[in-house]
Amino acid sequence: MHRFANPTRFFRIANALLPVLGAVSAGLFAAGLYYALFDSPADYQQGETVRIMYVHVPAAWAALACYATMALAGASFLIWKHILADLAARAAAPIGAGFTLISLATGSLWGQPMWGTWWVWDARLTSVLILFFLYLGYIALVNAFDDQDRGGRAGAVLALVGAVNLPIIKFSVDWWNTLHQPASVLRMDGPSIAPEMLLPLMLMASAYFSLFGVMMILRLRSLYAGRRLRQMRLAAAAR
Amino acid sequence: MRPFLAVVARDLRLARRQGTDIAMTLAFFVVVVALFPLGLGPTPELLSRIAPAVLWVTALLAAMLSFDRLFQQDSEDGGLEQLALSGLPLSLLALAKACAHWLTTGLPMLVLAPLLAVSLNLAADAYWTLVATLAIGTPVVSLFGTVGAALVVGARRAGVLVALIVLPLLIPVLIFAVSAVEASGAGLSVRVHLLFLGAILAASIPLAPLAAGAALRQALD
Repeated sequence: MHRFANPTRFFRIANALLPVLGAVSAGLFAAGLYYALFDSPADYQQGETVRIMYVHVPAAWAALACYATMALAGASFLIWKHILADLAARAAAPIGAGFTLISLATGSLWGQPMWGTWWVWDARLTSVLILFFLYLGYIALVNAFDDQDRGGRAGAVLALVGAVNLPIIKFSVDWWNTLHQPASVLRMDGPSIAPEMLLPLMLMASAYFSLFGVMMILRLRSLYAGRRLRQMRLAAAAR
Repeated sequence: MRPFLAVVARDLRLARRQGTDIAMTLAFFVVVVALFPLGLGPTPELLSRIAPAVLWVTALLAAMLSFDRLFQQDSEDGGLEQLALSGLPLSLLALAKACAHWLTTGLPMLVLAPLLAVSLNLAADAYWTLVATLAIGTPVVSLFGTVGAALVVGARRAGVLVALIVLPLLIPVLIFAVSAVEASGAGLSVRVHLLFLGAILAASIPLAPLAAGAALRQALD
């Protein structure tokens, strides 16, 4: 892993990967959306509205994965002080906030026809809302210091503290019996969802994750460039 | 143990000599609670219905005002470096700060809350539950506040930032505390809610000082 902490080497690989990942993501979205919207059955109870799932569920997974990425990057920044780790955490934060917002919004749109309400204060919804606030808090904290390193380190600690929320989100539907339906894909006894629904769901999830990869590379590139620019300006001003 | 107690004693002494800081936090607590009957109209049923939530939310907001006191002054006058050099591990320093903060903010609110509950017409059965939730919940508030305050040492607009960081983390405490008080007002069992609160406290006593200590180490680098 330390081999790839060298920015030059990292960006050489990342830049080569970027077009491939972009094409894969576009292809997966096209296939996934086709299956999700046209070639999958409507649910016997939920009817056509079940198709919201193919946008909602992968967004929620990506939101969690994004926070996990941020916490891991934060931990490795605290331990090894690799600058790329800090940039990775900063890059993941707004992307994760976006995914969380998508999942909250589509969940709300799905909740209205299914439960008759846009929002309930159940454990799953509340813990995802907390996740959204954690992203906002992280973004505000890393930008609140004049010294960028100090902001990155404070953010890394906050990212780790907030990671306690991740298992709470995952298990909230098992621990509390509320409106949100229990886990049906990531279960110990295998998925309980119909296979013809599982296929578009998995396609969409892969599409979201490759999109996450694309956006990470783009944001990492611009954050790194911004950082270099700042250093050069400071060096010029010091001269 | 001696340095730990010395830090607690020092913070208590500072708090006593700068008494207005604490008084302002408590005054904020009382004034904001008093605003609700004024804003909603003095209907006793309505007030007793919202009393648990009003008391807890206001207690959280009042606590946000008090987190400045934890590290901000010490970091401005160099006292934080001195404390760090004293040989007391930073996580224990954070725990000592949290203890002193709870004694000067949480404990007075614990005493004030039942009096304010009378004015909000809280159901008679719910008083002990209210006191119990505050007794278990406010130490969690102090511990999480210590983490937040340690994270923002040296940041711009630190006060607002602490609220943004700490309040989301305290949502579970608020939910379990208020549902406990409401349950006892309705004559239901409060055991489960109090156990959840206790579990949160039990987890945050060791973990929050560790996180706050890590944050302080970054601040002192």
